Amino acid sequence: MGELNTAMIERYRNSFLKEVEANVEEGEWVKMCMQCGVCSGSCPLGKFWEHPPQEIFMMIRAGKREAVLQSESVWMCTSCYNCIVRCPRELPITHIMHGLAHYAKRLGLVPKTNPTAKFAQMFWDNLMVKGRVNELKLGLALYFMNGFGDGIKVALKNQKLGMAMMKTGRMNPKEAFGGHAVKDLAGFHKVLKKAQELEDARIAQNGPPAGA
Amino acid sequence: MTAVVATNETILVVGGGISGMTAALEAAETGKRVVLVEKRPYLGGRVSQLYKYFPKLCFPTCGLEINQRRAKQNPNLTILTMAEVTGLAGDKGNYRATVKLSPRYVNANCTACGDCATAVTAQFDDEYNYGLGKRKGAYLPYRMAHPARYVLDPAIIGTPDAERAKAACRYDAIDLEMQEETIDFPCGAVIWATGWKPYDAAKIQPYGYDRFANVITSVEFERMADPTGPTGGKLVRPSDGKEAKQVAFIQCAGSRDRNHLLHCSRICCMASFKQCTYVIDAFGADARINVYYIDLRAIDRFEDFYQKVRANQNIKFIKSKPASITQDKDGSPVVHGVDTEGYQRFAEPHDLVVLAIGMEPAVDPASFPVPIVLNREGFIEAASANGGVFAAGGAADALDVNRAVQHATGAALRAIQVVNSVARAEV
Ligand SMILES: Cc1cc2nc3c(=O)[nH]c(=O)nc-3n(C[C@H](O)[C@H](O)[C@H](O)COP(=O)(O)OP(=O)(O)OC[C@H]3O[C@@H](n4cnc5c(N)ncnc54)[C@H](O)[C@@H]3O)c2cc1C
Ligand code: SF4
Ligand code: SF4
Ligand code: SF4
Ligand code: SF4
Repeated sequence: MGELNTAMIERYRNSFLKEVEANVEEGEWVKMCMQCGVCSGSCPLGKFWEHPPQEIFMMIRAGKREAVLQSESVWMCTSCYNCIVRCPRELPITHIMHGLAHYAKRLGLVPKTNPTAKFAQMFWDNLMVKGRVNELKLGLALYFMNGFGDGIKVALKNQKLGMAMMKTGRMNPKEAFGGHAVKDLAGFHKVLKKAQELEDARIAQNGPPAGA
Repeated sequence: MTAVVATNETILVVGGGISGMTAALEAAETGKRVVLVEKRPYLGGRVSQLYKYFPKLCFPTCGLEINQRRAKQNPNLTILTMAEVTGLAGDKGNYRATVKLSPRYVNANCTACGDCATAVTAQFDDEYNYGLGKRKGAYLPYRMAHPARYVLDPAIIGTPDAERAKAACRYDAIDLEMQEETIDFPCGAVIWATGWKPYDAAKIQPYGYDRFANVITSVEFERMADPTGPTGGKLVRPSDGKEAKQVAFIQCAGSRDRNHLLHCSRICCMASFKQCTYVIDAFGADARINVYYIDLRAIDRFEDFYQKVRANQNIKFIKSKPASITQDKDGSPVVHGVDTEGYQRFAEPHDLVVLAIGMEPAVDPASFPVPIVLNREGFIEAASANGGVFAAGGAADALDVNRAVQHATGAALRAIQVVNSVARAEV
């Protein structure tokens, strides 16, 4: 991971914008931003972030590579799409935010304690096992993310929600023992493997030359 | 029946705003026969609805008056008001135009005495004031209207108001039997000067133009500033009539936005600077103005005007396109956004928000009555495929008056060249 990061720095030495364009999903849109401020003002969560989307785009152009890729902000987007529907330049802002987070992950630059990044990993690991999300296990894992004592507290606080989910069949206590899988679990894993291959090929094309 | 004397050496001008009037007069004063077709009951177009002109801050009425006098004196010019071109057949040098004339119900005997207006009772939204005020069903569209002739609203025909108006007229000027007419006549060249219209502000959903009384458009603000306008020139909040001393101008409202108009409307930065002076003139040191912008576009010689406005301590320029407007419990619009210089969030209450609304072509591209090449914004392109049809002013682009008039003069010259070659061919 650290190697890939070093290779990318080598390759795009002078232009973080070019690096983003080549490696980040929808990254080629960043240069279209006219810094009007609508997305930042529209983001319901932006006020809790260090850098609103508009600032992130400016930082990319200013070459602030570390600050962007290690920023917590790109992990905070909830995909509410408020920014996208209002952007006068129709930038796919949400996708760029997720794209940056994904790229940071590939490079191993995710801030260590970022809860969204942690949750995303848990969600992924959970999904990988049976091809479907086990709400109970995921919920439990989430509660105990910050240690056992904290977990009990959070679990008690969310007791009502859990009960409601069980009542409506969204969560089944039996799922704690193994849990059920998708019909064709082997097929599911094959699909993922193929997707990974395609993604690797794409990265190889845009990323550092072989041997770098 | 309305008769029009015309040949294929005649120039047809469509739209009687400042551009159409200029083109028509320039051509007529060289001795060409010109027919000017205007949809409204009077000439002058949207310029007649402005309070002052940038950059000189003079009154548009002055220039309009000169043009009206030129029009009255010129025997080569035929003016058809309440008229629309519905079709154009033929080719360059040899067209036949079809024009629909709506009934005015008032003939040339009218002395503009106003007795009919006193006699009627029903009221309607006043389109001249962009609906900010009311007018009667028998009315003079505005005080300087040319032709200076009253109009009856078709909605009062068949009601007692129509009879009251007729009974009040001492000059036998009211003709309730007038009907819609369609006429056609030849012409050799056409100048298309139908101008622009303000973008529909209600479509910019986050700004709440249709929800908040104290969010208005720049064209409405022009009417409000005019001493002969609906508020007698007082800058007030439509919700409660209180003085509007804290005013926000939101630039690019509808322009430069892929969800609305693609283009920069070019004049709205200058229009807002001008309107800042209205607020300063009204409230002096008590005025508090915020101009929210993406970038400020005061082109070439307008830079001086911008610098003067910028120097005023009571006017703040905030580099931010606001994200949304909400309303507080006093009915004050609150502007929300992030300031690009420092990325600070703001939520700023004002007495009044003025949306610097974009200009779009007046004629809907989907229903253009003649074949013509339009660009992706719906403005007319200068294309040889247009034959003898030439755009002038706001129909060709979002232009200020100075540039619209220059453009119209160019269009007149092109039209004159066409009818001259027709004349040579016929000798
Ligand atoms: C808020 C605001 C403030 C402005 N202030 C200034 C200023 O201070 N100084 C300045 O230089 N410019 C200013 N402008 C710009 C100015 O209004 C335009 O430059 C001007 O109106 C252009 O004139 P025009 O004749 O091309 O179009 P218009 O004024 O739109 O005239 C077009 C005419 O054509 C008629 N018409 C439309 N369709 C048809 C049809 N189908 N058939 C027949 N007739 C038709 C219309 O009724 C109208 O009379 C301002 C604009 C705005 C929005
Ligand atoms: S709304 Fe679009 S153009 Fe405006 S700052 Fe955000 S990304 Fe850039
Ligand atoms: S989609 Fe993400 S970046 Fe956009 S407004 Fe919502 S939370 Fe903010
Ligand atoms: S129509 Fe008759 S009453 Fe009305 S203004 Fe004209 S002359 Fe006067
Ligand atoms: S002139 Fe100014 S307000 Fe109008 S669209 Fe252009 S930049 Fe925006």
